[in-house]
Amino acid sequence: MGNPYFSPNNSEQLRVLRATEPEAVLRVSNLNVSAGDHHILKNINLEIPKNRITVLLGPSGCGKTTLLKCMNKLTDLYRELKVTGNIYIDNDDILNTTASIPDIRQKMGLLSQRPYPLPVSIYKNVAYGLKLKGVRDKKLIAFNVEKHLREVGLWEEVKNRLNSPASSLSIGQQQRLCLARGLAVKPGIILADEPTSALDPTSSKIIEDLFRDMKKHYTIILVTHVLRQAIRLADHVIFMHDGEIIEQGPPEELFENARTDKLRAYLIDGN
Amino acid sequence: MLEEKFFIRLSALFTYSLIAVLAFIIIVIFYKGFAALNWDMVLKTPKGGYYYGGEGGVLNAITGSLYIAIGATLIAVLIGMPAALYLNVQLIRYRRTQNTIRYFLDALWGIPSIVYGAFGFTLMLFFGMNASLLAGIITVALLISPIMVRTFDEVLCTIPKGLHEASLALGSTRTETAFRVMFKQGFPGFITAVLLSFGRGIGDAASVLFTAGYTDNIPVTLDEPAATLPLAIFFQLGSPIPEVRDRAFAASIILTIIILSISLGARLLSKRFSKTNLK
Repeated sequence: MGNPYFSPNNSEQLRVLRATEPEAVLRVSNLNVSAGDHHILKNINLEIPKNRITVLLGPSGCGKTTLLKCMNKLTDLYRELKVTGNIYIDNDDILNTTASIPDIRQKMGLLSQRPYPLPVSIYKNVAYGLKLKGVRDKKLIAFNVEKHLREVGLWEEVKNRLNSPASSLSIGQQQRLCLARGLAVKPGIILADEPTSALDPTSSKIIEDLFRDMKKHYTIILVTHVLRQAIRLADHVIFMHDGEIIEQGPPEELFENARTDKLRAYLIDGN
Repeated sequence: MLEEKFFIRLSALFTYSLIAVLAFIIIVIFYKGFAALNWDMVLKTPKGGYYYGGEGGVLNAITGSLYIAIGATLIAVLIGMPAALYLNVQLIRYRRTQNTIRYFLDALWGIPSIVYGAFGFTLMLFFGMNASLLAGIITVALLISPIMVRTFDEVLCTIPKGLHEASLALGSTRTETAFRVMFKQGFPGFITAVLLSFGRGIGDAASVLFTAGYTDNIPVTLDEPAATLPLAIFFQLGSPIPEVRDRAFAASIILTIIILSISLGARLLSKRFSKTNLK
């Protein structure tokens, strides 16, 4: 494919990595989602490896976003959705638990297709999650706001206008601010739902670079239908089609040796 | 092309006609009432013989109207805000219930204000109350509450669902999302809704006709009757004496200025508070 991520060296490295298989931080078992007669997700089984970028790949409408919303229980907002099965995070089945939903959600940061900064200042956006966590010490809040804005490479751009409305930032900056806001609640997992779809190529590249850096500390689940983005970022790929998982595994295996016609067709169309 | 031009011009004609109607109303009431408008009208209560052309003003009606409209608006906000947030945050999964509640609110909105007046009058009799400021406030609050809830509701409906989800995904509870995010995002719209409801409350005559009564004095307690500007206009306009009828138009000018000021204030405040909002 001529892509540096698929050079023999990288494949070799990945084989070594697989020998020391990372533990799964999230496990989905027999997950089914339906809305009336429409079966949106069909018997989904998967494992998300820790500190890796797992890409949920597939055409629009194949159920990627629904799967992501199941993971942080945002499907609860849709009464018409019937969700059955198990999603284990830290050995706790979040679909059948008595644990508080806000606590479950704080284990995951969400980055949506377009940024949704809160209607407050840049500073307060990042501080919001900290306050939800019960942090009241102003110095600690200020320290963490700076830390997380630096983490997403936004600090230098906004340090002199922290009290400006978040909506005054460019859309790319807003997306990084939303990422910083999500990181402030100390999640272990980042759920990213096509986070670059509304961004220009420069802003998209910044987000992609951030993800590569962040995987040292976070597990990232990235939903995308852009094949090139999957190729650039994926450590683990799950290909979905029509609510089903068609293939999953390391990217070089899936992209170079697709086993199913659906994936082969998708790769041809995507390229 | 010709067809498109025709419809554009027709639409423009209707649009500017409506603005012309507003301008025409203002011109007529200023033309008829400006001569009778003086500081006494605004600063004095009616003296003996006022309704036969004697001296005095409509301060009783101005203060009565403001008391009733402010009191009713406060009650309607206290009822309307939690109701609208409940409808949009807690009932978000129950679309059928949401729609049923909206249907009833729309029906309440459509009930003529005289019916509210009759209902308020019945309640007064039931509780053994006299026509009073309190009865006027409660009746006008009932009149404007559905307007307030539905306007708040419409504001909340315009808030992107993604913002709601973003807040929940951070680990906020639904109540925290309602008050810290939805309320903040909707705030400029809420100001507009409050001030428009206030405008409706201050300008309504039928709902206060039986409930607030009428008096030449400024009410000091809630159980005293209160005069209102719409009723002051109504009573003076029915007078056979031309000077008194002119004063009705002067009172109309005062009421129009109050309502236009509220409308302008709503726009300015809404603009002021929308600076931090997600566009």
